Amino acid sequence: MRIILYLIQKEFLQIFRNKTNLPILFVMPVLQLIVLSYAADFEIKNLKVYWMDNDQSSASRQLYRDLTASGYFTIAGTGFDHAEAAAALDKNEADLVVEIPAGMEKKLVRKEPQQLQVIVNAIDGTKAGLANYYFGRILGDYNQREVAALQMRVVASGQPIARQVINVESSFWFNPELNYKTFMVPGILVLLVTMIGAFLSSMNIVREKEIGTIEQINVTPIQKYQFVIGKLLPFWLLGLMVLSIGLMVAKVVFNIPFVGSVGLIYAFSAVYLLLILGFGLLISTLTDTQQQAMFLAWFFLVVFILMGGLFTAIENMPGWAQTITLFNPIRYFIEFVRLVMLKGAGWQETRFFFAVIFGYAVLLNGLAILNYKKTA
Amino acid sequence: MENQNAVIVKNLVKTYAHVEALKEISLNVKKGELFGVIGPDGAGKTSLFRIMSSLLLPDSGEVNVLGIDVTRDYASIRKKMGYMPGRFSLYQDLSIEENINLFASIYDTTLEENYENIRYIYSQIEPFRKRRAGALSGGMKQKLALCCALVHSPEILFLDEPTTGVDAVSRSEFWEILQMLKKRGMTILVSTPYMDEASLCDRVALMQDGRILSVDTPAKITTAYAYSLVAIKTNEKYNMLSSLRMLEQATLVYPFGENIHVVSDKGKLTSEELTKYLSAQGMENWEIVEVAPDIEDCFIALMNQHVAA
Repeated sequence: MRIILYLIQKEFLQIFRNKTNLPILFVMPVLQLIVLSYAADFEIKNLKVYWMDNDQSSASRQLYRDLTASGYFTIAGTGFDHAEAAAALDKNEADLVVEIPAGMEKKLVRKEPQQLQVIVNAIDGTKAGLANYYFGRILGDYNQREVAALQMRVVASGQPIARQVINVESSFWFNPELNYKTFMVPGILVLLVTMIGAFLSSMNIVREKEIGTIEQINVTPIQKYQFVIGKLLPFWLLGLMVLSIGLMVAKVVFNIPFVGSVGLIYAFSAVYLLLILGFGLLISTLTDTQQQAMFLAWFFLVVFILMGGLFTAIENMPGWAQTITLFNPIRYFIEFVRLVMLKGAGWQETRFFFAVIFGYAVLLNGLAILNYKKTA
Repeated sequence: MENQNAVIVKNLVKTYAHVEALKEISLNVKKGELFGVIGPDGAGKTSLFRIMSSLLLPDSGEVNVLGIDVTRDYASIRKKMGYMPGRFSLYQDLSIEENINLFASIYDTTLEENYENIRYIYSQIEPFRKRRAGALSGGMKQKLALCCALVHSPEILFLDEPTTGVDAVSRSEFWEILQMLKKRGMTILVSTPYMDEASLCDRVALMQDGRILSVDTPAKITTAYAYSLVAIKTNEKYNMLSSLRMLEQATLVYPFGENIHVVSDKGKLTSEELTKYLSAQGMENWEIVEVAPDIEDCFIALMNQHVAA
């Protein structure tokens, strides 16, 4: 035990002596959390519409007013020529083209089905999906209000929107203002804690191999487990420290609600960091230089981050990709943090996450220790 | 007899992928001996030292250090030995003091407890004890490494090329320290590529290509020299070398310091014959110098024997 304490003391001495470590540990996470949270804005406003009104009726003008009043759309151009509309899409001057057919109002009055065309620029899939969705909603409301009694079928980019018989009133629970920051900040914090834990621990152990100091340690009667604990515990503590700083930033800068128990978040993070440090340890046993460790860790982390559900909702992924995310620890942490911070989930609701992450931690650390014994 | 040997190595074999680093090596080192393993780079010295100090497992063979089977009971031998790898392996970002304290605490002891044991060496670097190991000169690094290897008062010391890349003054200082440690009864195994350091050892093993060519005291190795050796001093080394290499009776011809050494089987080549031959070749400005073979001559002869066989 005394030996482990000395090793930890030595490790902290080295960590704090390395001039690049302090900013990496304490300044970068704060900056990244702030910058990334403001940058990762998924709200889409000011979608540019090219308006082709072939009807020029009061009905079409009403739709025009609804569109511009929604706040999501601005009119980038109007005209009657299909070629011009296509050119506007080509030049990125418009995100979508709305074409009102001639005689729309007449047909509405005569209770005949009516179609109008929406062409969406789908180069940016997220934006296109949202544009289509927003427009559909506006049209739905319009449908409801203006031609409730009339038969009208509207086709927006090929998908018929059914006649609204039931009035749908949406309300967003747990994040009533749909504030994307409430959604993003906890997720980004998870990424930062993961990256710092995985990179620093894997690089640190490999470094001992690379500069040969592990040789001098190996000839001493020190036990492998003492060495491993002495290596991982400091990073476990640092990981929790980064988490604390991040939570403070989340509260102070972004005013993210803490509905659930902070203690539960710490308890989960403690287990989660064991997993991440086991991951780092495993990588360090597989590599001989810091460069190799960096590449290997980076490879996995990119997959973990992009498939963690922060940037692409897991429900939107194809089935096989969703299966892959089941092996992604970040996925569980992000879900957990959101559940607890925003929804106030307690132990009962999050037991499953604890079990998965704990099992995963045992598995990775077990593999790492087996591999470590073999190689060193 | 057994317990007089600090190290017993029997039929040690170590193979890496396609390279046979150690080919059936056997050797004994007595307690209290300063034992040198001499050989060029790639001879297998480091593999041998790493196996003896429990860092590497042999493919086959036995290694017994201080009566302990190193391959099985490595935990107990590690408490009793000190090892200094060829490459500086201490923490460069920790100071002298911090390094020594760290290793002392790993061995569950303190610098103060063992101060007397390492005082002679530590006192030389103590004025710089706050300096980081990375900022030390080569000679000071070696002394620090030695301090760390000695801080737990081991009974046996393995030093793998401790003087490689160290300046001449530091080298001789380092050997003085080894002599002093030996006087205190410590068993020391040291490997080196420098032939001149061989004469400072009690016994040496000459190693080449994974084999031990000879084990004996330096004096006995040189007296056992089985050839006649003549040195020729000349200003025209290149011409002299090429014409001597044509001489049938000369087994070996090689430049040695300022001279050229000519080795032949005993009685095969007299000075008169050599003089005659060189005059016939039209060589001028040279003289024959009497020399006694040293370890390097012995090593070259043994190596040649080995290659020929």
